[in-house]
Amino acid sequence: MSAQSSHGNPASGLAAAAPAALQHQFADLEQQRESATLGMWVFLITEVMFFGGMFTAYLIYRVMYPAAFQGASQHMLFWAGTVNTAVLICSSLFVALAVHAVQEDHRRLLVFFLLLALLLGLAFLVIKGYEYHDHWVNHKVPGASFQFDGPDPLHAEVFFALYFLMTGFHALHMVIGVGLVSTIAFLAWRGRFSPAYHTPVDNAGLYWHFVDIIWIFLYPLLYLIGHRRLW
Amino acid sequence: MSTATQITETENYLNVDYGIKSWLLTTDHKRIGLLYLASITLFFFVGGFFALLIRLELLTPGGDLVQSDIYNRLFTMHGIVMIFLFLIPSIPAVIGNFFIPMMIGARDMAFPKINLLSWYLFMAGGALILYSILTGGADTGWTFYTPFSTEYSNSRVVAAALGVFVAGFSSILTGLNFIVTIHRMRAPGMTWSRMPLFLWSNYATAVIQVLGTPVLAITLALVFLERVLHIGVFNPQMGGDPLLFQHLFWFYSHPAVYIMILPSMGVISEVVPCFARKRIFGYAFVAMSSVAIAVFGFLVWAHHMFVAGVSVYSALVFSLLSYAVAVPSAVKVFNWTATMYKGSIYLRTPMLYALGFIGLFTIGGMTGLFVAALGIDVHVTDTYFVVAHFHYIMVGGAVMGYLAAIHFWWPKITGKLYPELWGRIAAATIFLGFNLTFFPLFIAGYLGMPRRYHAYAPEFQVLNVFSTAGASILGVGYILPLLYLLWSLRYGKDAGDNPWNAAGLEWMTASPPPTHNFAETPVVTWDPYNYNELPDMPEEE
Amino acid sequence: MAETIVRKRTYLVVWAGLMVLTSVTALVSCINLGQWNAPVALAIACTKALLVALFFMHLRYESSKIVWVWVLAGVFWLSVLFFLSMTDFLTRQFLNVPGK
Repeated sequence: MSAQSSHGNPASGLAAAAPAALQHQFADLEQQRESATLGMWVFLITEVMFFGGMFTAYLIYRVMYPAAFQGASQHMLFWAGTVNTAVLICSSLFVALAVHAVQEDHRRLLVFFLLLALLLGLAFLVIKGYEYHDHWVNHKVPGASFQFDGPDPLHAEVFFALYFLMTGFHALHMVIGVGLVSTIAFLAWRGRFSPAYHTPVDNAGLYWHFVDIIWIFLYPLLYLIGHRRLW
Repeated sequence: MSTATQITETENYLNVDYGIKSWLLTTDHKRIGLLYLASITLFFFVGGFFALLIRLELLTPGGDLVQSDIYNRLFTMHGIVMIFLFLIPSIPAVIGNFFIPMMIGARDMAFPKINLLSWYLFMAGGALILYSILTGGADTGWTFYTPFSTEYSNSRVVAAALGVFVAGFSSILTGLNFIVTIHRMRAPGMTWSRMPLFLWSNYATAVIQVLGTPVLAITLALVFLERVLHIGVFNPQMGGDPLLFQHLFWFYSHPAVYIMILPSMGVISEVVPCFARKRIFGYAFVAMSSVAIAVFGFLVWAHHMFVAGVSVYSALVFSLLSYAVAVPSAVKVFNWTATMYKGSIYLRTPMLYALGFIGLFTIGGMTGLFVAALGIDVHVTDTYFVVAHFHYIMVGGAVMGYLAAIHFWWPKITGKLYPELWGRIAAATIFLGFNLTFFPLFIAGYLGMPRRYHAYAPEFQVLNVFSTAGASILGVGYILPLLYLLWSLRYGKDAGDNPWNAAGLEWMTASPPPTHNFAETPVVTWDPYNYNELPDMPEEE
Repeated sequence: MAETIVRKRTYLVVWAGLMVLTSVTALVSCINLGQWNAPVALAIACTKALLVALFFMHLRYESSKIVWVWVLAGVFWLSVLFFLSMTDFLTRQFLNVPGK
């Protein structure tokens, strides 16, 4: 059961180069892959708890001040949020197809799908930026300039504080995801991955899907409280 | 072959490479454990220095050594440094990192580079906290209660909170590494029920680290944002609720106390069988109780908030759950005691610390039950009773467990034996000093002396004088191991592979171990704690 | 390698389902269902999250039980955080005593 430690060897990521990617502490590639996957899932659970703190704050304030939250939610940009939800779902599809491509040894498709996902991720951030700008212009940013003419403005300000905090941390994770996927796309273009070794692609995908899931919950909680008109 | 200054010919993890880069860029889990050892020792003495100043101030009833504002900063930074920079990492990051791969027969952790990153994050967090100290410190208490911390305090809250935040990620990554390593890297034949109990404890600890610390992270991030950007979810003036902060804070910080005690319990589960030459009594119960503590520990946090304004019904629920969490801890104490029954007891230094742990942890744990009762808690909250309770567990328990671990595994880590006489003297000094420091505080607290005050009513002075006297003895006791352990590096006798004839895979390789731990991956076919098959404890030299 | 290759078709069907559910939740939010708006929206969100986790994240094809244990543990611990906190906030006005 000998192991070779030659990680950091960029040129030889071809389909038959399995031993070159094995790290010294593992007995075989299977153990390495399973460890990386479990590690990624455990990390995602830590992220669940991280966002969970903010979701708890949201839950408590929404239950205690329902009128304020409903009123404040009317001021969200419904179409921006809905389009962004669709954007992220499509980007998740492309990431899943990217994993499929590397499993079938289609390097070009792999890079293509990753770049598509990347573009959609950037589109999400642009739309979010537009929303933030709109809120700023309409005095919905908590602080001295905050103005709200619906019910319970004191707690409506809490809604907006939570909105900026939750979508802000989500956007931060999107930025990290964009960085991750860019790196993976670059390495993929350089031929680092193969059907035998593509764990980084899988794990970057897991991260991306997780950030999508966070948004899947943020969307109804922030944009769809109570009932609303279409704009 | 045991002259005191023998040149080691065989290659081991210490002499395989020299130079600062080989240490600062190492991915060897053993070297990383030693990096942690050096840094947490430094932080222990920083925290201890604050404790010294606190105890000096409390010698007299008047606030005459420092002003109240400075005193607030002293106890705050004492708490932050001791908890986040010493207790939380101590056993897992030093002993766990060093021995978990060895105990399961692996060559290293699952993620060696993340292990190193963990240490750098710890140092970055420590640097931020040191910066906070050097520029005045925070004065909010280690608990950072809002809205004082977010709105009104004029102290170095941001640096301290950021330091804890960064150090928290070190803790999360360590826990993640432990979990994946224990799941995926056990040697052939090492089933869960053949694992030493130290591994079960550290696994349970890792579960808490991974599930709880992220909530602390977001909470401190929110405190930081509220203080800096005034985006408020904790400030009543902006519609927020200070109790939300306390719920989120204690959701982590209560399980955190189990992060601090579970590894020590794991150590005791290793030391007691070895020095009683007997298999642990009730292996399955001890293993399951570690898991139970990890799970139940998450269900009790609001017992820190009984007088803060939570609803009475909620308080009742949490009080009841707090009683439940004591049960698995008691199970362990019974099992350790039963292990010693009809065993051959050897009162070597590690065993002295383990026995001290069992007694002092029991006192601390039982006083925990007192404060879990709503009626008593209303009376003793924010008094020295609570201070004495948690110091019995954290110092009488966790620190003694840590010292037991250091003394038990020192021969394996360094290949050297420390002078047993001095080991025993230090253990006795620490035990005496500790009790003299903290037992009077139970009485003072019950009689009404409040905590976090730099001046107190004159009738408490006698108790405080005893306590300060004890603290100076305790300080001497802590310095002794620093001296004789360092001495042993150069002048200590060679330890040999297994100076205690102990069970466990780590004792089946050289002292100090080679970089890859084992020449060949072991195949495990025996149960743990097979002391009936092992030779007896070697005679003292 | 013990790895399942999920068919492209599966991904596309899941994607279509997600898009449909998104449209449904958006449209339903324009109807006044009173107290049921929130549970319906959350139920749809949970379904979408489940689809992403099971198919895109390959949970359905994951042979390791430990990964499942950790996912369920995460969900469980999150629920503990939510529900035990709510025991305080939901019962605050039960006794007609100020501050209790």
